[in-house]
Parts: sequence; C-alpha cells; structure tokens
Amino acid sequence: MATTGSEQNKAPGSTGGALGMNVRDAIRQPLWLLAELTYACPLQCPYCSNPMDFAKIKSELTTEEWIDVFKQARAMGATQLGLSGGEPLVRPDIIELIRAARDLGFYTNLITSGIGLDASKAIAFKEAGLDHIQVSFQASSEDLNNLIAGTDAFQHKIEMAKAVKAAGYPMVLCFVTHRQNIDKIDEILDLAINLDADYVELATTQYYGWAMHNRDQLLPLKEQLVRAERIAHEYQEQQKGNMKIYYVVPDYYEDRPKACMNGWGNVFLTVTPDGTALPCHAARELPGMTLPNVRDTSVKEIWEDSNDFNRFRGFDWMKEPCRSCDEKVKDFGGCRCQAYMLTGDPAMADPVCSKSPDRHVVDEAIERGRRESEKSTEVAKPLVFRNPKNSKQISGF
Amino acid sequence: MTNRVFNADSVLVLALGYRFQWEPMQDCYVLLYPEGMVKLNPAAGEILKRISEKKQTVSELIAELKVAFDGADLDDDVYQFLEEAHGNDWIRAE
Repeated sequence: MATTGSEQNKAPGSTGGALGMNVRDAIRQPLWLLAELTYACPLQCPYCSNPMDFAKIKSELTTEEWIDVFKQARAMGATQLGLSGGEPLVRPDIIELIRAARDLGFYTNLITSGIGLDASKAIAFKEAGLDHIQVSFQASSEDLNNLIAGTDAFQHKIEMAKAVKAAGYPMVLCFVTHRQNIDKIDEILDLAINLDADYVELATTQYYGWAMHNRDQLLPLKEQLVRAERIAHEYQEQQKGNMKIYYVVPDYYEDRPKACMNGWGNVFLTVTPDGTALPCHAARELPGMTLPNVRDTSVKEIWEDSNDFNRFRGFDWMKEPCRSCDEKVKDFGGCRCQAYMLTGDPAMADPVCSKSPDRHVVDEAIERGRRESEKSTEVAKPLVFRNPKNSKQISGF
Repeated sequence: MTNRVFNADSVLVLALGYRFQWEPMQDCYVLLYPEGMVKLNPAAGEILKRISEKKQTVSELIAELKVAFDGADLDDDVYQFLEEAHGNDWIRAE
C-alpha cells in the first residue's frame, strides 16, 4: 500500500471514549487487516512507505500461512482486508488468496500499481470474489509518472484503470501527491474524470520509510497546498454525486495531528511479508518492539496480549501535553512513529501538534524543503528510488 | 415530500462496490465498501437486506416490509431512509 489513506478508513465508533478504563477493557476487535503479501515490486517509488531495509526480508508467508492469518483475523471480527505489498500481484497465489478471503466474508481490497494486471485477470479476480481494486498513479502525465515510478508504466496503468471498470468494479484511483506533482492536481482530476472514476483519493505523501528519506524533495510548499486545496474543493463540488474525491491536507501543515490508525491497536492490524504483526505498517522501525510473528503466535494473542499492541493503547502511556489534553480522545496524540522519527521518543506528542514542545522540528523540515526547492536541479539532492540495491546500500547489509 | 429521488416504481439496487452482510462479531448488519464499513441499525438493516437480496421497486419493498412488520404505516419512514441512503451513495435507482 503506497499510503495509509486512513481518512476514509474510519471504522465507525472507533474512538470509544475509553477514558478511565483500563487497557484490557478497551481492547476492541481488529477491523482492518492489511496483508503486505510481498515486498517485491516492479516500481521504485521514492515515497514508498515500506521500510528502508525491505530487501533483508526473504522469507514470505506461504499461501497456507496467509489463509490461516485471514481465518484468525476474520474470527476476531475483521471485515476489511487490504492485499498490499510491495506489489501484491507478484504473488503467484494471489487468486487463491482472494478466493479464500472472500469465502471467509472479508471485503477484499487489492491495492496495486496495476503492473502485472491485465483485463482477463481483472475478470478472474472478480469471479474469485475480489470486491475492489485500487490502482495507484504517480502523476497525470506520462513523463512525470514514469520518472516518479522509476519505470515505464503510465499507459499500462490507464489501460488497467479502464479494465477494472469494465470488469464491474468501482474504479478507485489513488494519486500520491507531493511537491513534484501537486501542481498538476487539476490534470490529475481531469484524467480521473476522463477515465470515469468512481473514487479518487488524493493521498498526500506520508513521511515514513522511503518518503522520509526523500522528504526534502517531496514535501510540498505552503502555496502549493493552498492552490491544490482550492482546486480539489472546486472539483469536489462540481463532481458531487458523480465521482467522490478524497483530499487530505498533509499533516505537517496542520496544527493538530492525524488520528493515526484510529488509535494504536484499536482497529488496524498489519502483517508484513515475513509474518511480523504490527499495529501499523511503519511500527517496525520503533525501538523496543518485540515484533511478534504469526508463524509462532496466534493473531488473538498478538492482538490482545503482546507488548507491541498494548504499548500505546488507551491513554496511560501519554506524556504531557497529551495526558491532560481534552483532544486526546480525538487524535490519540497522533502518530507514534512520527513522534519517534522527529523527537527520538515514541511516547511524545506527535510534533505536528502546535501544543507539542517539538513543533519547531516540523517547521524546520518545511523550511528545509523550501530551501531545497529553490536549488537548481543540478545541485538539488536527487530522489533516492526504492529498490533492493538502494535498500542494501542505505541499510548497510 | 417533494423532489424525491425515488418514486414507487423506482427499482432499487445497492451502489457499485457495496456489499451487505450480517456480522456476528458486531451483532448487526453492515454495509461494506472500498476500505470502509457502516454499521446499520435494525431498521436500516431490514430495508437494505431486502434491497441486496433481490431487485425490487420501492412499492414492492414497502409491501414486503408491511407484511414483515404487521402492517405498520411505514411509507414515510422508508422513503426518508431511502433518501438518506441515496445521499450516502449506498443505493441507486436502476
């Protein structure tokens, strides 16, 4: 999955008002299982949320192991399954996994670049019970798309978006926006209209994994956002009842943090290609994680009893200013991974918050991005593309 | 009521990409859609259940509900719900 897209994932009633309850009482069911089937991907997007050292992971769960995870999560009440990666279509057993998940009653979402898809596969997946295919685009024009994706993929994506619709799925397009493409937002939306899309997600790049590494090149400027937001709202009005447009302001420019994952260990469960269970797909990078694995521990035990999933559940772990803040029930103190990356302590307030003593770190990042944007292309830092070679080089293994 | 989206002859179907099902762990009917879920109250569940099970007109739907609920006068409530459901993009007229 290229982005979290969590704004539209809100499972109803997930805030729960667990104030004063102990953590055990507050444990809810996982509603969302994100299955990162593989880290293999034909694209090299520099904003990928996969970990920098993804190339280390060699041992993927087998078909049977995945189906067992699906069964366990479904028995606990999960209804949404994201089949993601990497590129999930790289898995030769993808159709088997779709069929098994659908038979269990999951709403099955395939989150794909479209590479590896063709019209007959779109139909075969439908027959196997796939509910939804989300095709991600990097930009509206061929050149920029291919530059950002590090490959020659644009025409194929257009064809696949059409094939998805022709096969009877809703057409859901995801554009990941950042400084290099956000000025094309009107072209992006025109493309979506021409394709007769049902949903468009203008997903802002979230700065984890590869995107964090490339943040100075990707973080949009304030004036770009103001323009993009205005245009997005115009299209939203104009397309009412026709095409749904989701537009989310990047959290660096907000003064309150996002309700990340709708609360830690609250509704989201991610399982990575090697079976590691995480409260979100970036949490592997946090210090002190025990990283339980579905190969040796049941999903129920991981969800209910593991250190990792209980660590930031509820409100008891919070420090000031979150602890005494009346907005904590809305945003849960923001994102733990972002707090760690930007402050060095995952229990601090997400520094996006204007009440955080560390807000200046975010402002400095914005300023660094601006300075970088003013450099000529010859001296600007190049984008580092997500591929196994860079993964090995940067992570040093 | 004026400007209704549906009339007695409108044929109702779930919108593209929506799925209706019973969720034992939630103890309620739900609507599932791309990356989301709506938990339904019992009345909404009864109406959407019938729409998801078979294609039918609004008047057929109301007739069926009246049989199920002892002839209750529920026309206005049903229309009101259908308008809301349409506003949420859950259903459409075929």
